[in-house]
Amino acid sequence: MMIAAVIFVFSIAAFLQFFVWHCRSILASSRRVELSDRVREVTGIQNQNFGADDFRRLVQLVRLCPERGDDQGEIRAVGTYYSLLNVVGRLARPTVPSVAAWAEQERENCSHFAAVALDRRISYSRDLFTQQVADRL
Amino acid sequence: MLGPVDYVLWVISFLLEAGVVVCAVYRKDFFKYLSLSSYMLCAALVNCGQFLCIQRFGFSSKQYLYTYYYTESLLTIIMLCVIIQLYQHVFVEMNVSRYIRGAAAILLLATALFSYAVVRENKDHLTSRFVVEIGQNLHFSGVVLTYLLWGAILKLRETRTRLIQLVLALGVYFSATAGVYALRNLFPGLQPSVLRWMPPLIGTWLPLAWAYTFYKVPEDARLATARLLVRAR
Repeated sequence: MMIAAVIFVFSIAAFLQFFVWHCRSILASSRRVELSDRVREVTGIQNQNFGADDFRRLVQLVRLCPERGDDQGEIRAVGTYYSLLNVVGRLARPTVPSVAAWAEQERENCSHFAAVALDRRISYSRDLFTQQVADRL
Repeated sequence: MLGPVDYVLWVISFLLEAGVVVCAVYRKDFFKYLSLSSYMLCAALVNCGQFLCIQRFGFSSKQYLYTYYYTESLLTIIMLCVIIQLYQHVFVEMNVSRYIRGAAAILLLATALFSYAVVRENKDHLTSRFVVEIGQNLHFSGVVLTYLLWGAILKLRETRTRLIQLVLALGVYFSATAGVYALRNLFPGLQPSVLRWMPPLIGTWLPLAWAYTFYKVPEDARLATARLLVRAR
């Protein structure tokens, strides 16, 4: 029983760490991507960076665009990570402000990731539209 | 008795495992990650074998019980070979393959001896407690090995994104599975209601994450591991 309890605690701690690192490795791919003006136009957000709370709205906009077929999995994984960060942020705010600040920064990264996904989908929709027009002509 | 959800999870697992092999072949990485691709191939075959076993002997049969737990244990041992190959990828420039193989052989021998000792202790209830215990121990040794591998990746400042994501996905899989096995040991009563769904669900994670990595992450993609570490401001 004792060994099982130790294994359980260690495994859960390792799981959370590995999951956070895995999500960060997915987020890292979008971190350096510059966003086009189209995304700011569509979202109505003119700031340089997207806010931590913009994630849900950005994901809703992503879902309105035609699917590219290759980004669903990563959007879902980052969505789960975002929800986890929400919980961590709420729990840490009154007790450990530095962790809350880190969670906020990570949520901003999630928003940036969603904005990059939206940008790609808008480009994809435009390509589809152009192709359809060209086919009709 | 198996329900429609069981069959759906089964089909999804099989398709994802086959998908990893197809992605590895498509990206011409099958031989580069031979043990990883072989593991996925074996996992897909084991899925088919277990399905045939249920069709022939039934879900509640002893034959299926033995087939399920022992094929799972065998797959976990093959998974240790996957970890060893990932170690070789990380330490490729240090020419220590010989030592890694030696350490792996010792580890496998130690696992076999430990398992034998547990078998001797649990002769009376071999199939019930023992299989859960051995599953928990094998997966936990996987967690420890993956953690050490991740430590080596950080220490050596490994930058290959594909390798990093393969290792992290493996870490998520092993730690989640070891946690579920430990929970089963702690609270056997939770098994019929909640915990029976967890291994098949976790089982879909690994092929999903690996297929994603092979399909989306090019071999030459690079990533600074220091960026991944959690740092509070």
